[in-house]
Amino acid sequence: MVKKSFQRIYLFFIFLFLYLPILVLIILSFNNSKTRVQWGGFTLKWYQGLFSSSSIMTAFGTTLFISLASALIATFLGTLAALGIDAMKKRNQAIMIGAANIPLLNADIVTGISMMLLFVRFTRLGMSTVLLAHITFNIPYVILNVLPKLKQSSRTTYEAALDLGATPWQAFFKILWPQIRPGVFSGFLMAMTMSLDDFSVTYFTKGAGINTLSTMIYTEMRKGIRPEMYALSTILFLLAFVLLLFMNFGPSARKEKNEL
Amino acid sequence: MNNLKRQLLAGPYLLWMAGFVLLPVIVILYYAFTTTSGHFTLLNVSSIFASIHVKSLILSLKLALICTGICLILSYPLAMILNNMKTNSQSFIVFIFILPMWMNFMLRILAWKLLLSNNGVINTFLAALGLPGLDVLNTPSAVVFCMVYDFLPFMILPIYNAMARIQEDIIEAAKDLGAGNITIFFRIIVPLTMPGVVSGITMVFVPALTSFAISDLLGGGKVLLIGNVIEQAFMQEYNWNLGSGLSLVLMIFVIASMALMSSKGEEGGAGVW
Repeated sequence: MVKKSFQRIYLFFIFLFLYLPILVLIILSFNNSKTRVQWGGFTLKWYQGLFSSSSIMTAFGTTLFISLASALIATFLGTLAALGIDAMKKRNQAIMIGAANIPLLNADIVTGISMMLLFVRFTRLGMSTVLLAHITFNIPYVILNVLPKLKQSSRTTYEAALDLGATPWQAFFKILWPQIRPGVFSGFLMAMTMSLDDFSVTYFTKGAGINTLSTMIYTEMRKGIRPEMYALSTILFLLAFVLLLFMNFGPSARKEKNEL
Repeated sequence: MNNLKRQLLAGPYLLWMAGFVLLPVIVILYYAFTTTSGHFTLLNVSSIFASIHVKSLILSLKLALICTGICLILSYPLAMILNNMKTNSQSFIVFIFILPMWMNFMLRILAWKLLLSNNGVINTFLAALGLPGLDVLNTPSAVVFCMVYDFLPFMILPIYNAMARIQEDIIEAAKDLGAGNITIFFRIIVPLTMPGVVSGITMVFVPALTSFAISDLLGGGKVLLIGNVIEQAFMQEYNWNLGSGLSLVLMIFVIASMALMSSKGEEGGAGVW
């Protein structure tokens, strides 16, 4: 019993540590007061301000566009790569996977700087360079999610389909695709999350003209933050909450668990 | 399908990696070993031995070690507690501990700045209780606080996953053979979760060692980590050669620490997700 309550207290403190900062942001987003900590009554004006601020909305749009586009392209390239790697010999596979790990494990700051140094030689920094950089660090997440699914998939069914006269395309979409789809999907989601959350790589490859949410908050924190940012973080937190809830406990998640 | 033909599907990926991973590293190498006028030099790399750079490298290593240690100490019992709750609510509780990780990285830093600042939430609360305030903003402690907050899930998840994979039978068998709880912990649970611990340590140590945003925003310009030195070389002094030289050193440190860790946990395959 003592052990049980000790465990509860421990969980509670970690919980507090994790959620207190978020709670503060949420409370401040409704605070009608200029100073940060004084409670000046309930207001929704920061939310109104948020949606009418063109700079925040543009940054938000840029962030969404870059993370969606980079995740889509990375998913396409990464899935192709996983299919190719899966057909290779063991030794070559190990080399390929090792190569895929480099951008994953390398320091963000070095990834960002090295790409910036390359890009400025050929082009101006901007939206396209950020996109290229994000695709680059996203591809490995897709490969590492798809490859295990390919390894689990049954090779014989695929070959049987070919023997029975299916074209490789048909065999792929009828046999292989349903088996690797969860991996492709989770790879896509992970790529998108990484892209949404990225600061360092974007910071070095973005140039002067554009901002994602991360880089905008960074500049604002150095010169004084607008309260609209608190409203933004509340909305983003709720979005993450709903999305993650759906992924973990939604219909697709349950189905997957039953299959196992 | 033709095996060789299928291998070709990896072609676009290989080209991409060559263009956007390998080539950039070569460019960094080029800048690191040349002067602004393009002559060969070792000065950029050897400038890491300049006292100011040594100081920030040591500070980075120190803070990264402290951060990794705190994360490990917090995560291990947590993973055990979570794993022992064999109830329906388990997956939901795990969910609760992953959720904050989905907050934008910058917003999490912002939240800590609000909590820790001198007229911030924690100090207002302490003052209301009549306690002395904390003066941690713009000190290394604030940076460590925020790093722990940011990287904690990277430690929790691999350890938790490794623990969830331990089969109940093994522990039962040990009990039947007369092992006590302490023996079970040190002889079974710790060795079997080692791969998770190793990948957790790597996943926390590397970003903590190389981060510059947290120290920049919460250190108030007083906490100069190696990441900050590099960032300033590029974005403020426009000394790309020096910046590249220091980046190269940082890269070597990252590779070395990872090689060290992967030799410790040969399997290393606990997977984060």
